[in-house]
Amino acid sequence: MLILTCPCCGVTGEETEFHAGGEAHLKRFGPGSSEDQFEEYLFMRENPKGVHFERWRHVNGCGKWFHAARNTMTLEVYGTYSAQTHTPPQDLRDRISEKVPGWSWREFQ
Amino acid sequence: MSKFVSALNNEAYAGGIADVREIGLQGMITLRGDLSSAAVKSAATSVASLSMPEAGQASTDGQHGLCWMSPDELLVLCPHDAVAANLEKMGQSLGDAHALYVDVSDARAVFELSGPHAREVLAKLVPVDLSPAAFTSGMFRRSRMAQIPAAFWLHAPDTFRIVTFRSNAQYAFDLLKVAAQPGSEVGYF
Repeated sequence: MLILTCPCCGVTGEETEFHAGGEAHLKRFGPGSSEDQFEEYLFMRENPKGVHFERWRHVNGCGKWFHAARNTMTLEVYGTYSAQTHTPPQDLRDRISEKVPGWSWREFQ
Repeated sequence: MSKFVSALNNEAYAGGIADVREIGLQGMITLRGDLSSAAVKSAATSVASLSMPEAGQASTDGQHGLCWMSPDELLVLCPHDAVAANLEKMGQSLGDAHALYVDVSDARAVFELSGPHAREVLAKLVPVDLSPAAFTSGMFRRSRMAQIPAAFWLHAPDTFRIVTFRSNAQYAFDLLKVAAQPGSEVGYF
């Protein structure tokens, strides 16, 4: 069971109040992109054992989307942050580094 | 003129450890916009004469209320027959401000759950800490009640008001009835 805090309304709730929205920070490729880029965007997903970044929606609450960083092995939630960003905030990455030295996820570490 | 009826027509259940009743017609207006802007604030307070609620709070008084639904949404409560007049009033005070206000009274159902065991009954159904220390008067929480979305606040000590969608009204009522059945006290709070 994950305990998440919605950064939009500040409510701390358990997993069933939210809904997972898939991998975070995908770069969208549409018309005009190469087939490799489009395939990457559509199908290629991370499946890490450890640090993972996801999109979540506070579906039974304020209804807003946000990002969450969590550990797929320990189910620890490192933090949540705004949906209006392309990268995880530095303080969150520092906090993860303290707990999981040397982690990396896509281009972030 | 059509006759307005609420979802369950004031159905009530009194035999259990807490009383459950559908409160009948309740005027509800959704107001969306920048809640920090003066125009939206005055539109909300003009119809309710209550103070603007903080995040996660509701200011209520009888049939009137201002409930904080999300960072850009407010639920304005008022008597059912005052909705049309209030919408007009809100439109005037909003002027050109970018905002949305719409009558949602008939899209929702409102229940009242009361009695000394009300906290226990609701705590069986929602994933929220309802201990007297954690959930206090003035707080407003949107969450889920078993399988449906619900929003609730403490209308009075040991009396919850619960808002659900109208299409879920029967489910919500049955759910509360089962959670309040005789002999089902938990004795946790």
